[in-house]
Amino acid sequence: MATALSVLQQHLLNDFQRDLPLTPTPYREMADALGVDEEAVLSHLQSLQTGGVISRVGPVFAPNRLGASTLAAVAVPPERLEEVAALVNTYAEVNHNYEREHRYNLWFVLTARDEARLSEVLAQIEAATGLPVLSLPLLEEFHIDLGFPLRWED
Amino acid sequence: MLDDTDRRLILATQAGLPLTPRPYHALAEQLGLSPQDVMVRLRTLLDRGVIRRIGVVPNHYRIGYTANGMTVWDVPDERVDELGEQVGRMPSVSHCYHRPRHLPDWPYNLFAMVHGRTRADVEQEADRIAAVLGSAVRARSVLYSTRILKKTGLRLQS
Repeated sequence: MATALSVLQQHLLNDFQRDLPLTPTPYREMADALGVDEEAVLSHLQSLQTGGVISRVGPVFAPNRLGASTLAAVAVPPERLEEVAALVNTYAEVNHNYEREHRYNLWFVLTARDEARLSEVLAQIEAATGLPVLSLPLLEEFHIDLGFPLRWED
Repeated sequence: MLDDTDRRLILATQAGLPLTPRPYHALAEQLGLSPQDVMVRLRTLLDRGVIRRIGVVPNHYRIGYTANGMTVWDVPDERVDELGEQVGRMPSVSHCYHRPRHLPDWPYNLFAMVHGRTRADVEQEADRIAAVLGSAVRARSVLYSTRILKKTGLRLQS
């Protein structure tokens, strides 16, 4: 499951989760900080991204600053989970969808252009599945998500 | 408010920056802007909090953080801000939110995401959170994710 990473790759993942330089050559600055050449940084980032070890290098957007969003939960009968998950995933507004161990076993984040579209998608999912959807929008965020320090297994 | 150029910039960057030596120049060319404008706009979006951070986004599952626990707590509403601030500062908590209850089905109003290498790690962190919350806790649960069914960084549709 876990992918074996070189020390350089570990630094690339851990040390640059924020503050990618907003200068013309940010990857060269990363390379300078790590004492390697820019070509190595770019080729490692490319292979880490292709292999799914990093999802991207880029901006992480704050919740609720682009349109309207909510965390939604559905208690899906286990035999219908695949069907309901597939339906939910067809919406471009769904950016995360997780199966969790609980009576409420399907949890997804919806981000729509506005409240009207958010309500419309929730209503469509309820109508199409016949299942009630709990909508639990963010009221307050207590922690600024700046990445967290990664620990590596020995 | 975001202007149309900001929105085009967000659409062009939300799936990731180009992995080329001059990524902001590449974006500028794609969007018909100057490289300076791209960098200044990204800086402004950061300063305004629209962008939380710009950097490498690890896939925690793939580097061994396979236990992902959404710890949820029922605490008195009048104390949720004070308690949420304390829990949000804990290093093992990646996100901490106040969300509405949905009675009677869903009594929990404080959410704290904990990533660990094992469920035992997550349980230990949940106990630390419980210790911080103390007698305010009326009910608690941990919901482990068993599968990622969809995950994209996308926030805006074109």
